[in-house]
Amino acid sequence: MAVTGIMLVLFLVAHMLGNLKVFTGETSFDHYAHWLRDIGKPLLPGVWFLWILRTALVVAVIGHIWAATVLAVRARAARPVRYAHRKKVQGSYAARTMRWGGVIILLFVIYHILDLTTGTLNPVGDASNPYGNVVADFAPDRWYVTLFYTLAIVTVGFHLRHGLFSALRSLGQQTPRGERRARTAALVFAVVLCAGYLVVPFAVLTGLVS
Amino acid sequence: MNLTLRIWRQSGPQDKGRMVTYPVDDVSPDMSFLEMLDVLNERLILAGEEPVAFDHDCREGICGMCGLMINGDAHGPQRGTTACQLHMRQFKDGETIDIEPWRARAFPVIKDLVVNRSAFDKIIAAGGYITAPTGSAPEAHAAPVAKANADAAFESAACIGCGACVAACPNGSGMLFTAAKVTQLSLLPQGQPERYTRVIGMVDAHDEAGFGGCTNAGECTAVCPKGIPLNTIGRLNRDYLTATAKRGDTPGS
Repeated sequence: MAVTGIMLVLFLVAHMLGNLKVFTGETSFDHYAHWLRDIGKPLLPGVWFLWILRTALVVAVIGHIWAATVLAVRARAARPVRYAHRKKVQGSYAARTMRWGGVIILLFVIYHILDLTTGTLNPVGDASNPYGNVVADFAPDRWYVTLFYTLAIVTVGFHLRHGLFSALRSLGQQTPRGERRARTAALVFAVVLCAGYLVVPFAVLTGLVS
Repeated sequence: MNLTLRIWRQSGPQDKGRMVTYPVDDVSPDMSFLEMLDVLNERLILAGEEPVAFDHDCREGICGMCGLMINGDAHGPQRGTTACQLHMRQFKDGETIDIEPWRARAFPVIKDLVVNRSAFDKIIAAGGYITAPTGSAPEAHAAPVAKANADAAFESAACIGCGACVAACPNGSGMLFTAAKVTQLSLLPQGQPERYTRVIGMVDAHDEAGFGGCTNAGECTAVCPKGIPLNTIGRLNRDYLTATAKRGDTPGS
């Protein structure tokens, strides 16, 4: 859970930094997008690096879901008779919503790939013009797309707020002071990542990027 | 105070069980929660009905016998308090109170609110001990212990094994209990010889008993009557990772 999660967190950071290139203009953003397909040249031919990265990510996602499923199945088996009166959250809200949050994120990722990677659900869907795809995607009359992206990113934020702390704990974070630090770091990281991702659709929505 | 109690009644392990409603009048706010149940039981006995079975022993919050899910709170609404030390003044006149046993596959219901917690004994038997000679107390300065370690070990040793952590855990995990026992011994010099076989053995026994896996949700530490901190689970994880890397103490390695 922790190891695959951290792999995905590293990807999220790189992906966010890449997204922010949208503020450097159309040429620069498209150049970055095309460069992604060329990383590793001339050592690796064509888009090999990208496919290696994609394979690693798919393995991490499957590993993450598998571990989560094992935990969920064990949790279900561990309490065969439910409580008639169950108190709501006393610990952490983010922790209690990890499983359904994860399902929402998975559905979002599938939509996101069909939208901005394959272009199937994108109004432009032109692989040679990623900047145009992004601008068309978050156009003001497609506010529902922006809304869905926002909800999904906030879900990712909650997932990370508990996930990052929990990963550090699983990997042996053990002191009370370290726990406070780890919780703060996870919160700050989640907020920064959310902001970094949301600034792009909102910049398009408000016309800052067009 | 006049209260309405909805109590889980189950005549034995095979019975399906159900919530039964009992009105209880003239409850003093100075009674403990268990004394209130005693009053109910006396009235049930006088009326020729079967009294409600519940676990209790010392009634001063140190034995770990009592354990009730009160309105969905393990040991009731007051933090850091066992059910026996919970006063009725924590409740309002006319309130309806739901009382259920701990719910976990590893803690099967024996009768009404009494559950079998011998799964905890199996975890202890798998490593919650030391091989240092017992007998008379050794000279205090013979084995120096750093103050920080002594304090953290003492904090963990406060665990009374009541099972509230399991009852509150959304995963039905007994990791806070297991971690408290591992921490208490692994921080002290007397616990070192079995430090790494202990953690493997106790976690294996925990999983075999049918407890769920820990997801660091933190519900356990919120209800723990002894305030065992969540970071003890981090200490267990650290020992577990070291133990799986070392393998030196494993027979045949």
